[in-house]
Amino acid sequence: MASLIQLLVSGLATGAIYALIAVGFTLLWQTSQTINFAQGEFVMLPAFFVLATMNLGAPLWFAALVGVAASVVVLGLLFKFIVVDPMLRYGVLPLVISTIALSILLKESVKDFYSSQAQPFPALVPPTDIHVLGAVVSTQSLAVLAVAIITVATLHVLLNKTRLGRSMQATAQNPALARILGIPVQRMVLYTFLINAILVAIASILISPIYLAKFTNGETLGMTAFVAAIIGGFNQVRGAILGGVLLGVLDNLSAAYLSSQYRAAFPLLILIAVILFRPQGLLGRIEERTV
Amino acid sequence: MNRVGVAMFAMAAIFSVAAPFMLKPFGIYLISMWAVLTVAAIGLNLTLGYAGQVSLAQGAFVGIGAYTAALLTQAGCPFVLAFLAAGLLTFAIGWLLGYPALRVQHHYLAFVTLAFTTLVFLLLRNEQWLTNGIYGINGIARPAFLAWSTAKPLNFYFFCLGTLVVLSLATWWMLRSPWGRAFVALRENPTRAASLGIDTRRYTLMAFAIGSSLGGLAGALYAPLVQFIEPGSFALNLSFNLLLMVIVGGSGYFFGPFIGALVAVLLPEWMRVAESYYLIVYATLIMVMMAFCPSGLLGLMERLLQAAARRGQLTPALRAKEAAQ
Amino acid sequence: MSRLSLFAATIVASLGIAHTAFAQSTVYIPAILELSGAGAVSGTNFRDGMLLAIDEINAKGGLLGRKIDTPLLDTQSDAGISRAQLQKVLDNNPYVVLGPVFSGSVLVDMALTQQAEIPEIVGGEAAAITQKDDPYVFRTSFGQQFSMPKIANYIRDGVKAKSVAVLWVNNDFGKGGRDTFIKEMAARDIKVVADISTESGQADFSADVVKIKGANADSIFVYLNEEESARFLREAKKQGITAPLIGETTLLGQKVIDLAQGAAEGVRGHVGLTVDAPIPPVQEFAERFKKRFNYVCDHNGIKGYTAVYIIKHVTEKMGKFDSKLFAQTLHGMTITPQDEPGVLMEVTFDNNGDLDRQSFLGEVVNGKQKIVAILPKLGK
Repeated sequence: MASLIQLLVSGLATGAIYALIAVGFTLLWQTSQTINFAQGEFVMLPAFFVLATMNLGAPLWFAALVGVAASVVVLGLLFKFIVVDPMLRYGVLPLVISTIALSILLKESVKDFYSSQAQPFPALVPPTDIHVLGAVVSTQSLAVLAVAIITVATLHVLLNKTRLGRSMQATAQNPALARILGIPVQRMVLYTFLINAILVAIASILISPIYLAKFTNGETLGMTAFVAAIIGGFNQVRGAILGGVLLGVLDNLSAAYLSSQYRAAFPLLILIAVILFRPQGLLGRIEERTV
Repeated sequence: MNRVGVAMFAMAAIFSVAAPFMLKPFGIYLISMWAVLTVAAIGLNLTLGYAGQVSLAQGAFVGIGAYTAALLTQAGCPFVLAFLAAGLLTFAIGWLLGYPALRVQHHYLAFVTLAFTTLVFLLLRNEQWLTNGIYGINGIARPAFLAWSTAKPLNFYFFCLGTLVVLSLATWWMLRSPWGRAFVALRENPTRAASLGIDTRRYTLMAFAIGSSLGGLAGALYAPLVQFIEPGSFALNLSFNLLLMVIVGGSGYFFGPFIGALVAVLLPEWMRVAESYYLIVYATLIMVMMAFCPSGLLGLMERLLQAAARRGQLTPALRAKEAAQ
Repeated sequence: MSRLSLFAATIVASLGIAHTAFAQSTVYIPAILELSGAGAVSGTNFRDGMLLAIDEINAKGGLLGRKIDTPLLDTQSDAGISRAQLQKVLDNNPYVVLGPVFSGSVLVDMALTQQAEIPEIVGGEAAAITQKDDPYVFRTSFGQQFSMPKIANYIRDGVKAKSVAVLWVNNDFGKGGRDTFIKEMAARDIKVVADISTESGQADFSADVVKIKGANADSIFVYLNEEESARFLREAKKQGITAPLIGETTLLGQKVIDLAQGAAEGVRGHVGLTVDAPIPPVQEFAERFKKRFNYVCDHNGIKGYTAVYIIKHVTEKMGKFDSKLFAQTLHGMTITPQDEPGVLMEVTFDNNGDLDRQSFLGEVVNGKQKIVAILPKLGK
């Protein structure tokens, strides 16, 4: 029993990370039809901004702020204006190819200009272990969980309780109508990109102490984020959270009780099942198809 | 086809037959790889360019074809049978995958096919009793037909080229048929096609299955080309590369895959002057290309030719008006 | 029309028709390595060790008066591309070829170099590489068929374990090691009570640790890549694993010790090739490497470095550049650090291309690797 609880707790912690990444991915898709195949690399990159700043002598808290700011500029502003905007009018597919190319660009840039080796990353909380319900969880994982919950709660409040947030939702559901209603659609879309940039920066700083900063981190994280977002439900932020947590726990349970060689297969099977039978995701609403 | 098109096609045809005699083994290997990848890209072009379905599964079908051919030929089966088996098996799997998968909207299909590719990779890697697992299958022989052995690079290239020509002609004929025209109707306006009574699902499914089997046939050629196959070669990377080839060449154009595969095979070689940064340059080029000519190189050429043709027919007044726009 | 012919000419040039004339003042020793993709860490380490050696030799006048010319070709960790790159260099008559590291690519390339009668010094550790009767393949590290028996002996005699749990990474490096290890365990009547595979790049090892705890083994053999080793060690410490953790080179490396932040205490195992060895030439090499490249190299860096110096030694012994004679000369040759300081430790090559060299048994004590025993060469 203790091992089951251990698996659940560890899975929850890992799942919280997936959830953070999936939320940003979902936001981008909802508001601007951007399927960002580089989302994993977006999570990999800010850690290197932080490390580079620290190499110049800055303390961690300052470097973290610089990392978030750099992320907002590069992964938010530059990404939107240079990559997404020129391509959106051509449809989704060129943008998909571009984001795939972007993921290669980011990965190889870090590998060539920083290092191909894994880098240790300083932890925000001192790493000690806490025993709860017969399982052991590290304070780092708890911190990840806490920050993830706070972030998502804040986002939820922003999206649902503020005027700005509701304008963003309107833009997501029907841009043409939102424009008629006087909502500055392009600015709303820009905000989602900035929010995504902040989310991935936070995720990056949270996970790098555990994962270690390495240029290949984005590969598995990105894939899991897509799967989590779709399983949970593409048009609900709550869906992304459920999807992320579900995947974290499922990965541990299937590796422990089913097959470790096929542990990567189970989320994919669920993905296929969800897409075929409930494409709006577990928590999503059915989208109307406009002709 | 207009005169420029015919001239270019003739040049390309002459080049593809004559050039290998002047090339060293490396060059011959590269253009053989080009021919094999073009077959797979033609298949994906059918699914994506003509039937409008975003498939990320083409890499997996190449892998299934490659393993089928490798295992059968190493068990003593003659190559022709192994080749056909690869095509049939991937056609069947394509049909089975497409039947449920094509009911979903485009971007969802991308994810279903993405999941499929990863699952196939896992199967190829884990089922060592069948595929020799992560170690791959080594020492795959180049086929021999009666007295003619393809062990020599030049012979194998002509074998690949010949297969490419045959399969291209078959695809051309299929697209020209009334049945093929329905594909194009689907891409332009699926709702309208449905309202005209065309069973859209049946056509898209056929396109997907045929595209997949072309991938499998390409795999059957890939195995004797490299003479070694491992699961990692057929994962998402290959699917992305094939997608890139189709888009860069020009999705929906018949010769798009030929150009796209050429770019994909040659560009990294040209980029090697950038030494270790060549992947960065390559990725940047792709992004720039997507921003400026998302309809691919053939789309760009078509636009330029149309603009040139129009300019030839304009009166000075109209020309000035166009320049002002 | 001229634009089209220019286009055609560019294609033709890139396909290698253009004859590259090599000056008589250089010797062509190309390197085909995994510089991107899954093997990037190994390939870049090998490359940097190699480059250090080449620059040192060229600074002192080169090889028999000729500078070493080593273009780097990236296989992108794919066997098909590796074969293409090898074909390209073979078209230009290399003296010796270096790399690749991934066993799959090595097996493909070996067939071609054997045909062309060009010696190839590779970084792959799979047993199969030296079992193909290929007189032209060599490697500068232990094959798994040599390192695994040493570990197995240690588990039987040093740890005195009767059962073992195996944790391995699911790529050709990890699976090859696991397969050889299982065989060695069976030969020594030690029961394998858990056989757990993990994915490359895996971050969450809690499920694997849970399974290991449940298996109640006397010892645990861990065969992962660097970051995964560190992550596993932290999880193992967190969940309170008490059975001895045994590793092979990587697990005891200083890099893993640092990344694991204290969780590596008490880890033991066999160390084949490491910058942490208490041998002055190795230590000095590690210093030079760190100063130039700004990171601590792993065993792939040493493989690359020693490979170049072995080429130097054999060439100087022959007094000329003869690829076929090179292979014949290297078989059965013993090279000592007195003859050639760049080889760092004494090696003897057998007729299959494998080498025999001293290795070590080590333990992690107080955050540092401590050598507890020196295992002599098998041949002595």
